This record gives sequence, C-alpha cells and structure tokens, in this order.
Amino acid sequence: MSAAAGTVSLGPVRGIRRVKDTGFTVFLWTCAGLALVPLTWIAVYVVSKGVGALSWNFFTKEPAGPLNPQQGGIVQSFVGTGLIVGIATVIAVPLGILAGIYLAEYGKGRTASGIRLVAYVLLSTPSIVAGAFIWALVVVALGNFSALAGGLSLVVLMWPIVAIASEAVLRLVPQELREGALALGLPRWKTIVRVVMPTAGAGLLTAVMLAVARALGETAPILLTALGNDHINTDIRAPTDAVPLRVYDYARTPVEALHSIAWGGALVLLAAVLFLAISARILSNRQQKRIA
Amino acid sequence: MRKVETVDLDAWFGSNHVLHDVSLTARPGSVTAIIGPSGCGKSTLIRCLNRMHEEVRGARVEGKVLFDGTDIYGTDVDPVAVRRRIGMVFQRPNPFPTMSILDNATAGLRLSGERIPRSKLTERGERALRAAGLWDEVKDRLDEPGGRLSGGQQQRLCIARALAVEPEVILLDEPASALDPASTLRIEELVGDLKERYTIVIVTHNMQQAARVSDWTLFMLFGEVVEFGPTEKVFTTPDDKRTEDYVTGRFG
Repeated sequence: MSAAAGTVSLGPVRGIRRVKDTGFTVFLWTCAGLALVPLTWIAVYVVSKGVGALSWNFFTKEPAGPLNPQQGGIVQSFVGTGLIVGIATVIAVPLGILAGIYLAEYGKGRTASGIRLVAYVLLSTPSIVAGAFIWALVVVALGNFSALAGGLSLVVLMWPIVAIASEAVLRLVPQELREGALALGLPRWKTIVRVVMPTAGAGLLTAVMLAVARALGETAPILLTALGNDHINTDIRAPTDAVPLRVYDYARTPVEALHSIAWGGALVLLAAVLFLAISARILSNRQQKRIA
Repeated sequence: MRKVETVDLDAWFGSNHVLHDVSLTARPGSVTAIIGPSGCGKSTLIRCLNRMHEEVRGARVEGKVLFDGTDIYGTDVDPVAVRRRIGMVFQRPNPFPTMSILDNATAGLRLSGERIPRSKLTERGERALRAAGLWDEVKDRLDEPGGRLSGGQQQRLCIARALAVEPEVILLDEPASALDPASTLRIEELVGDLKERYTIVIVTHNMQQAARVSDWTLFMLFGEVVEFGPTEKVFTTPDDKRTEDYVTGRFG
C-alpha cells in the first residue's frame, strides 16, 4: 500500500535506499574489522611466542650463563624498569600537572602559548633525541650511565603528555563550578585544588596512566642513558636494566633460547601497556558520565 | 539605610561597554529586582556587586560599589573577603559533583581555612539546609551526591551553600529560569522568607516574578538604568514611557 499524498510513510525503507544502507553498513563493519586485524595479529603472535618463556625463573632470576640460558630470567629488567619509570613518574607527573593547571586556569598570552608550544614540540620529538639530550646533559656530566639519567630521559617524553592531557581534562570542568566556589569566598588556588581537581580526578589519573604506558615501552632513550645491567641494581647512580632494553639485546643474539626470553619480555610489556590503556579508557568514560 | 549602593558604575567586556553610569541601591530587609530584556546588562550588573565580573577574561569595571559605605573596588579590598559577605546563586544549579549533599551545604565553611569541628559543621549545614527549605527532603540522604537531586532541589542546595557562610547580602542571578513552575514557586517563597534577614538582589527576565517577590525594581535597557523605584510604582505608574511599554509587555 502506498502512502497517501501529504503523509509520511512509516513502513520499512525499500528499493535502492535499502540497498545503499546495507552496502554502507557492510563497508563500515569491514573497515572496523580491517583496523582490528594488525592489533589482534600482533597480540596473538606475541602471546604465542612469549607465553612459553613465562616461568618462575623468568620473573625471579638474573640471566644464567651462556650454556643454559633458559635457566635464567630477567628479574633485573623488571626491577630496573620499575626504578627508571618510577623516577620518571615522580618527576614528570607533578611538573606535568602543574603545567596543565597553569595552562587551563591561569595562563594567557605569550607565556602560555610558549609553554604549550614547547609541550607540543616535545610530544613529537623522536625519543632517541630525548635520550641523546640527557646523555649529553647528565651521563657526560656525571661520568656514567645511570637509572637517574634513564628516568630523566623519560621525563622529557612523559612531561608533555601529562601537561597536555591534564590541561584538556581541566578545561572539561564546567566554568559554573569554578564560579560557584569563587562566589563562596574561596581563593582561586583553593577553588582549583578542592573543587576543580577533584572533579577532573579520574581524568588526571588517565593522563598519568597514558604517560606511564608510553614510558614503559621506550627503548632508545634508555639505551643511551641507563645502558643496561645483567644484575639487579637499585642504586639510581648506577647503570640499570630495563625490559625493552633486554628484549632489544636478546633479539639481536643468535641464541634461540634468548629469543624466547625476549618474546616473554615483549609479552609482559604488551600486557602492562594494554592494562594501563584499558584502565585509562574505563576511568575516562566514568569521568565523562560524572561531569555530564 | 543602604546596604549596597553603586555609584556611576561602568563595566566592559574587552572594548564592549556594557554598563553605563548605573546607580542602584539595595536596602536591608528588602528585595531589589533587576529587570530588562536579554542582553541589557542585568547579569553583568549583579556580577559587579560581588566582584565576580572580573573573573571573566578582559572584563573591567569603573565607578564604585559601596558595601556598608566601603568601596569594594577600593585598593586594599580582597575580592575573596567581599564574596564571603556578599553571596551569590547562579542561573544554572551548580552543586559540586564530587561532594555529598551535606558537604555541598558546608563547602564554603569547610574550605574556608578556619577549623570548625565536625559536629559544628553538621549543625551549620543543617541550619543552612533548613533555611533553604530543603532539610525535610534530604535529611535521610545527606551522604548522597548533590548531583542526584532534582533541578529545583539542586538550586535550593546552592542557596543553602551560599547561606551557610552567613553572608549579609545574597545575589540571585535568574535563580529560577532553569526550573519548572513548581520549583520556581518554592524559590520565590524562599526569597520572601530570606529577606527578613538578608539584603537580596535578584535578576529576573520574568516580570511577574519581579512583581511578586521584590520591593524595589530597577529597569534596564542597553546597559543604562531607565527607572528605579518601588516595585509597585514601577509596575503601575512608571515615570518613563519605555518602562511602561516593557512592563505592559509591548516589547521585551
């Protein structure tokens, strides 16, 4: 039955429009599927190659001798990555959040655009440049490679991520809340610390997690600054190992057993980064809901 | 008796001159309404009365706003201290989303820096919620987030939050324009109750509301005061033709 003139047909769409609709739906699903292929492939491949290396020894032992490498582990890399990324986080997070607060709440004019420009330039700086910079500044000055230098090179990479992301989440906090707090007779800094930052809370945490995820996997700057170490090191002034560095080293050797350990290291890194990225995503979704 | 008085007040946003020589007087125990069409500078004027205007980038003020005879734009006046004594409620309810109902009501006290014992805080929170006519509706759910209340309740929570710091003047910037008629009525009744103890200035684009709640009315047009007088006079026998046209609904 055809619709009478002047009324709107509410029946299902037919004919060419229907075909077009189906065509586009299929096309878009295919695109989404194609985008997922490389990610899934990498994940599956790394898991299949690396899962065999995961053992008690892998997580608890230092590397064994060349005769029986599979007896050893890379505990020194885990400890080292914790130390280096820890140092970087402790420095980059407060500085990054302070910069974000400045840009979102106070900054105007040249100073603010200057800081923002520096942050964006650093954000797209190749990580090996950050490594070379800290090598020249810290390693050469102190006379040796160290966890401290490694951490500082990661600060160069983490700071802009934290600064830019925290500026963005602070700007999402509605202006009405700032005015509400100011109208109660609260000073500006207290308005920021007690009302704006708690409201942005999870968003700020997301910024930190993204930065940590980035730092975890960096190899080049660590190579030039922390160097690596076959033993557990907890002295921030001494050369220190890191997981991505160990993966890089082992992947270049001809020893089959070490390749397997490298895959194991890659798997652990991938899992950690995925965990951080997914947590960040969940937190920021919750945050959106709360503000709205 | 003058609690708040503006003298030749001018205000700008950047190069946009939005208030011209405004003179307004608000008396204790009375409600002063500011009316006028959209964009006439009502909100800017009320925001000048507790120095909120300057929180907008590029905003500027000239002239005087006297509070008990002291110019709040004087050189040694702290805007924070001004806002403690001249509270404000905004157009859209803005309870703090991370705080419970009770914490919202006591936010100004808790964050002020003075040390107030918890029991005292709860007591003052209750008093403020009662004064805002919200206590009976929320007394069993004080720990729930403030954002879970209805729009009208949120607005009364914001009024409670403003009352808790015990100001002397309360500025209401279109406090009911985002609310339904029933909630609007409650807010209007509340304004009637509160004027006993506070000096109230209210911005509204609703003329009936101004006629119902206020004792004094100031009518503005294009950033200038057209007429200021007792509400009854402004609405029945205004001096200016433009006032008459506006209050009788011929434009606006």
